Amino acid sequence: MMNMSLQEPKTVVVVGNGMVGYKFCEKLLAKTSAYNLVVFGEEPRHAYDRVHLSEYFNGKSADDLAMSSLEWYRENNITLHLSDTITEINRTEKTIHSQKGVSQPYDYLVLATGSSAFVPEMPGVEKDGVFVYRTIEDLDLIQRYAKTSRKGAVLGGGLLGLEAAKALIDLGLEETHVIEFAPRLMPRQIDSAGSAMLQAKLESLGLKVHMNKSTSSILGHDNIKGLQFADDTTLDVDMLVISAGIRPRDELARLAGLETGTRGGIVVNEKMQTSDESIFAIGECALYDGMIYGLVAPGYEMAEVVATSLCAGERAFTGYDMSTKLKLIGVDVASFGDPFVTEPDSRSIVFEDTHKGVYKRINISNDGKHLLGGVLIGDADAYNILLQTVNNKIVLPPNPEDLILGARGGEANAGAGVVSLPDEALICSCEAVSKGDICSAVTDLNVTSVEGMKKCNKAGTGCGGCVPLVKDLIHETLKANGTYIKNVVCEHFEYSRQELFDLLKLNNIRTYDDALDHFGKGDGCEACKPTVASILASLWNDVIAKQHTIQDSNDRYLANIQKGGTYSVVPRIPGGEITPDKLIVIGQVAKKYGLYTKITGGQRIDLFGAHLSDLPDIWSELIDAGFESGHAYGKALRTVKSCVGSTWCRFGLHDSVSFAIEVEERYRGIRAPHKIKGGVSGCVRECAEAQSKDFGIIATEKGWNLYVCGNGGSKPQHAQLLATDIDKETCIKYLDRFLMFYINTADALTRTATWLNKMEGGMSYLKNVIINDSLGINKQLEAEMQGLVSSYHCEWKEVVESPDLRKQFAHFVNAPKEKDPNVAFDTMREQVKAKDW
Amino acid sequence: MEAAVIEAAVQWVLVCKTDDIPQNGGGCVKVGNEQIALYNFSRRGEWYATQNMCPHKQQMVLSRGMIGSTGDTCEPKVACPFHKKTFSLLSGECLTGEDYQLKTYPVKVEGDKVFIGIE
Ligand code: SRM
Ligand SMILES: Cc1cc2nc3c(=O)[nH]c(=O)nc-3n(C[C@H](O)[C@H](O)[C@H](O)COP(=O)(O)OP(=O)(O)OC[C@H]3O[C@@H](n4cnc5c(N)ncnc54)[C@H](O)[C@@H]3O)c2cc1C
Ligand code: SF4
Ligand code: FES
Repeated sequence: MMNMSLQEPKTVVVVGNGMVGYKFCEKLLAKTSAYNLVVFGEEPRHAYDRVHLSEYFNGKSADDLAMSSLEWYRENNITLHLSDTITEINRTEKTIHSQKGVSQPYDYLVLATGSSAFVPEMPGVEKDGVFVYRTIEDLDLIQRYAKTSRKGAVLGGGLLGLEAAKALIDLGLEETHVIEFAPRLMPRQIDSAGSAMLQAKLESLGLKVHMNKSTSSILGHDNIKGLQFADDTTLDVDMLVISAGIRPRDELARLAGLETGTRGGIVVNEKMQTSDESIFAIGECALYDGMIYGLVAPGYEMAEVVATSLCAGERAFTGYDMSTKLKLIGVDVASFGDPFVTEPDSRSIVFEDTHKGVYKRINISNDGKHLLGGVLIGDADAYNILLQTVNNKIVLPPNPEDLILGARGGEANAGAGVVSLPDEALICSCEAVSKGDICSAVTDLNVTSVEGMKKCNKAGTGCGGCVPLVKDLIHETLKANGTYIKNVVCEHFEYSRQELFDLLKLNNIRTYDDALDHFGKGDGCEACKPTVASILASLWNDVIAKQHTIQDSNDRYLANIQKGGTYSVVPRIPGGEITPDKLIVIGQVAKKYGLYTKITGGQRIDLFGAHLSDLPDIWSELIDAGFESGHAYGKALRTVKSCVGSTWCRFGLHDSVSFAIEVEERYRGIRAPHKIKGGVSGCVRECAEAQSKDFGIIATEKGWNLYVCGNGGSKPQHAQLLATDIDKETCIKYLDRFLMFYINTADALTRTATWLNKMEGGMSYLKNVIINDSLGINKQLEAEMQGLVSSYHCEWKEVVESPDLRKQFAHFVNAPKEKDPNVAFDTMREQVKAKDW
Repeated sequence: MEAAVIEAAVQWVLVCKTDDIPQNGGGCVKVGNEQIALYNFSRRGEWYATQNMCPHKQQMVLSRGMIGSTGDTCEPKVACPFHKKTFSLLSGECLTGEDYQLKTYPVKVEGDKVFIGIE
């Protein structure tokens, strides 16, 4: 480095600004600033996270996906040419030429051109409605076309194909088909039994899977109309995504006379040098030892190898583990090590539960000492630790089946497993962070959280797959160092939520400051303040607005904050029943204050876009008309949905609306670790969707069935049956106990479903507590619930009636009448909408 | 020396009374056309002021954020109500790993009057 700075700096030119090309720049800059770096990218955007590309459909923007900001390139003096393809390498003059006419001399050239989607040659691939799945632009095209399509298909049942298929489902296509040429899905990663289980799971998600199908042509005129298969069958589709594999982008290298493989790829040695020693190739375009590595982690390792050599260091690429975990939401799929070895080279242990859709296979060396690889479908929690066990040749326990059997011992095993890993075990393969790096960050630098670790050494910032393992390692290292660990609230309170709940209750603590003085340290934060606020509310049901600065964002102003800083207003409409007069009032208020109105998924009406300072006036008018707070902002009871029931419906067995209103009014306003939702249906047709709620009540011939611990949201889970054919009084009694038990024992921000999933003994334990009083606490739970029910007050009414509390709802404290001038709206379908941010 | 220089360049503007800002919380004050978030860290007897705009999505909301402290040094901080990015009240630096930087202002309390120092 020293001698270099005396001379003219040498120029490193990178062709391709994809994930690996970007990572190379980052890695080189971390080592030296002695080079002049020039980057050419063919895509219009600077490098983004292709691995998480599908999240673009779930609301992530191109900016969110970017690997770094454009400023980053500027700050690091990287010359970045975007939307410019390199078309020629002149190796004798050591200069490259771009499509836009730029000529750039180089001392070292790094080809990081990645790969393109492989499109098989067949008639019709050029038709409109046929896509590939590789870039943000591809996704834009797919999204636009999907709007007018009903049926879609994906050609290819591999890792990427399934991801694309899930995307089509999410885009709202009525039918999505997957066409696979091989006799099974993900043929490169999983065995046929695993594939069968995966197929069943995918079909339950609504995918239609066709195996052993060879597509011969694409039907239709200008637009695709269907697929023609070799077996003379056809399938009608409106759009097709081709995901039949990748093709390394070696055209530039080939033209320059560099050695390439017969099936594509730029041939490199263990230093990533091509047949020209000043030209390197890394990432998905590089062919090492006859193999293309189609994953990001090996690409990053290649980048590290080149960056190290350019700084005169020693590092060689020696192949890379190709284990993978599928990110398909809703189905866990993982394969690691050698998933396919069979007897006589190994023995396999297989666990299969067709009911739950779980298949696990591990392959063990004949002497029983080592794990060779395996497949996990339906439950891949053990993936990380099993992968580590293979990679580090850890000696197996005497009963290796424990590794995949039962969730009960699972967690304890995982923890213990982490300890037995050697220090050099690679934990975060994206950022090449080893176990030793993580443990020493804990011991020497006092890093105690995953967030801290990310900042310290980037572990977990890549694909994120190692985060659970990083967490376990931090935990175990702290424990080994003699620090006692539990699920504490935050750095200010060394207690779990349940412990804190009991302490505050026993000591009759009523304010946050008191709690902090007695049981905490420091000045609190955004984690412990809302947690304590919620506990205090569950215990004493005092006016929330009195301690408003400890409440979470939405609770502080008794309203949900929106883009732009306005708030929403949601009056309670119990059971979804509302009189015409009240509907009129909502309309009038909305008009007067310029609010957007929408019927919510919870059977009530949300009014959006209220200025902070208008909130008390709006509520005052609503309260005068007989409304009360709907607690849409609180970790509290939201809605109890109802179906119309026996009063009108020809199938209704009992009056579900009356029961829903009764239950909603009983539990309204009660604060809990997370929000609570309920539903009451008048018969098994279940129009109120009660089984997707924290509690659901369904009428039977003889009474009511009570279900608990269901959840919608991102991880939907059906509620489970707690009691059958009970009468209303028993139902309320069980609900009192159930809810109060949840409030007393759950961790902060844990819905009932997650609470149950973590509960040792699960549903049978819960039943025993609630129905058989196995803990002997039911009298107490009922009394506590009755206390909360009797002390109910509408918190908005308290605010509206108190000038002091009203004062808190001003944007400018020194100009309370003025509204925030930065709030701005657009219009859409004759109503306002928040401006995009 | 340096402190004196800064002191001289600052113009103290009376913005509100101490009890206009909730204890251990913040409020927004208007100084000309500028929105400034003012925090009454009553637990520590300290006052802080930063820009009201959260740099993450350019939202005028930091005054509605929750304040607290972090680490062994009890660095005072504010958490944005939108996505909970946190910022040091001393330096304005983003504490959740991004490169954001808040503008901070000196605060002076005399009796029940609160002043903010504007350059
Ligand atoms: C308005 C509404 C959407 C709509 O237009 O229909 C809505 C809007 C919001 N939902 Fe929801 N949810 C709404 C029904 C639902 C439903 C459907 C239902 O209740 O039947 C679900 C799935 C069912 C469930 O909860 O199990 C739902 C699952 C969520 C979740 C995920 C919860 C989970 O356990 O995974 C969140 C995030 C959270 O609470 O942490 C959320 C959070 C939010 C927040 C509060 C986000 C926020 O913090 O700003 C949204 C702002 C509302 C606002 O500004 O007023 N919303 N949300 C619905 C209001 C219902 C109501 O009347 O109160
Ligand atoms: C939907 C999807 C999901 C994926 N999921 C995973 C996953 O879960 N795990 C995983 O490990 N991997 C995954 N991958 C693969 C991963 O994205 C790739 O391994 C990684 O992007 C390879 O990086 P690269 O830089 O080699 O290639 P790329 O990211 O493709 O970048 C190459 C860049 O070079 C440009 N380029 C090519 N030729 C030229 C030229 N002549 N001049 C200028 N520029 C040029 C290209 O336009 C491109 O921008 C996924 C890929 C996709 C598409
Ligand atoms: S309303 Fe609910 S689902 Fe819709 S964007 Fe907001 S949080 Fe997400
Ligand atoms: S707007 Fe402040 S954290 Fe996102």
